[in-house]
Amino acid sequence: MTKKTLIALLLLVAVASIVPFVVSNYRTFQFTLVLVYAIALLGLNILTGYNGQVSLGHGAFYAIGAYCAAVLMDKAGVPYWATVPAAGAVCLVVGFLFGLPALRLEGLYLALATFALGVSMPQLLKYKALEEWTGGVQGIVIAKPDAPWGLPLNSDQWLYFFTLGVALAMFLLGWNLLRGRVGRALVAIRDHHIAAEAMGVHNALYKSLAFGVSAMYTGVAGALGAIAVQFVAPDSFSIFLSILLLVGIVIGGLASISGALYGALFIQFVPNLADEISKAAPWAIFGIFMILFVYLMPTGVAGALRMLSERQKRHNFPAAKNEEEVP
Amino acid sequence: MPLLEVRDVAVRFGGIVALDGVSFDVEPGSIVGLIGPNGAGKTTLFNCVSRLYACDRGDIVFDGGSLLALPRHRIAGAGIGRTFQNVALFRSMTVLDNVMLGAHSRSRSGFVSNALRLPRVPREERATRARARGILQMLELESLADKAVATLPFGTCKRVELARALAAEPKLLLLDEPASGLNHEEVSELSGLIRRLRERLRLTVLLVEHHMGLVMSISDRVVALNFGRVIARGTPPEVQRHPDVIEAYLGAA
Ligand SMILES: Nc1ncnc2c1ncn2[C@@H]1O[C@H](COP(=O)(O)OP(=O)(O)O)[C@@H](O)[C@H]1O
Ligand SMILES: [Mg+2]
Repeated sequence: MTKKTLIALLLLVAVASIVPFVVSNYRTFQFTLVLVYAIALLGLNILTGYNGQVSLGHGAFYAIGAYCAAVLMDKAGVPYWATVPAAGAVCLVVGFLFGLPALRLEGLYLALATFALGVSMPQLLKYKALEEWTGGVQGIVIAKPDAPWGLPLNSDQWLYFFTLGVALAMFLLGWNLLRGRVGRALVAIRDHHIAAEAMGVHNALYKSLAFGVSAMYTGVAGALGAIAVQFVAPDSFSIFLSILLLVGIVIGGLASISGALYGALFIQFVPNLADEISKAAPWAIFGIFMILFVYLMPTGVAGALRMLSERQKRHNFPAAKNEEEVP
Repeated sequence: MPLLEVRDVAVRFGGIVALDGVSFDVEPGSIVGLIGPNGAGKTTLFNCVSRLYACDRGDIVFDGGSLLALPRHRIAGAGIGRTFQNVALFRSMTVLDNVMLGAHSRSRSGFVSNALRLPRVPREERATRARARGILQMLELESLADKAVATLPFGTCKRVELARALAAEPKLLLLDEPASGLNHEEVSELSGLIRRLRERLRLTVLLVEHHMGLVMSISDRVVALNFGRVIARGTPPEVQRHPDVIEAYLGAA
């Protein structure tokens, strides 16, 4: 990381820490959801953007994470903060196990298999035999946690900071994972899986671990989301959520860490914005936004920003370019 | 003892017999040229050694052990590096990252230690990067280290592939048509490079090449294939003079 990105990052964290003190509680809640989505999108991006395995069903892992949190709090009295790592662990295992048979599937076939998972999840959650835990169609209501240690924060503000802390940790772990040996191997598998294996990458292991890690991120996000929304029900996790997550990583930028944040802002705020523009056809407006973004920024927001900063650099130091020209 | 022993290897694709009982040895430290017209089965043989294709019959012994007992991803670690006829680089990655990935089998750190960035991770990463840069320097590619490979011409990509293969510190290097896409001058430079690499890195080389000048000048031994069978083997002059080889090439032309 360069000094400049580090400063930008610290600035971002500083701004993020001020947000809940200058906006309403409802807006604070919305920003909490942005952080939640950002974690989920980073997870999906590790799988789809970096490793090239398309998932049309990540909403299922989000749902599993959310229900883990809700059931643990509701039935076992586990404190809310402890449900987050538990949800992550469960989704890590479930994702890894799902990733094993998915190894045999490539491209669109994998997309279909994950779609099947995503589309069946709400119905599984309504399943009669599980009703005692899941609350069936009714779902589960969760109490809102208060700020601990007598901190002068209301519960929306506290949840925001709690989520911000988890998000920072998850992004740090993700950045570490992706910037070294493992990250290279994941991208190599996406770019040329035969060559990757010939260079010694254990493709099957890496692909299923990528699935597990990706599901873990999305599960952690699901748990945080459930705590923030204070409610889980099967129909909150329809296949639409899975598609929206995919929209998020494409708009934000595939194979980009910061892209997860841009994508999260998009899927949180653009539907609201569309709703304000037209109550009658909000999703049509949303669709127009999507097409505009994809058209104007074909490599996602992150890609567009990268290109802008490179152009700026070239503008500032025109000589630098010639030096590294290919001979 | 030979470093590589190919014993009676046969491979069939549906009705096509790509390899039909091929046997030959590669002595340690030697450069062996593998020649034959298009479709003779040279790349298929490489793919058997890499375990990308399964042999229908026969055995391939490397360094005293059968390769057929190893899964694909263990071949690089066992000491066999290769390049691909049609360039199989990681297109979105930089030249340096491609070469560093080549060292995957020579490094250990996994998901957990990477995510937590345990102290040995940056240490290993630094060592890998230093080795990769050294190889780039040896191949005169260092000025391209941060270029995305997608922007490079074919001949340069072949060289990057060679660098990537060397990053795994192989004992045996399989080169599939390394001279394709090179001009006359570059070909003679390449032959010097392959010789130098053999000396410096104590490599054994199995070389598939259509450029006869190159093969005959640097090979210690040559094996000629046609229609999946060995039609001649021996020193370059012996193979060059062999009537079946002359026939195969005239027939193909
Ligand atoms: N994956 C494959 N599927 C079907 N046929 C193949 C495959 N690979 C090679 N072949 C066939 O095997 C024969 C040998 O091919 P190859 O080893 O590529 O020849 P060479 O490298 O000597 O030009 C050819 O007839 C080719 O069409
Ligand atoms: Mg070939």
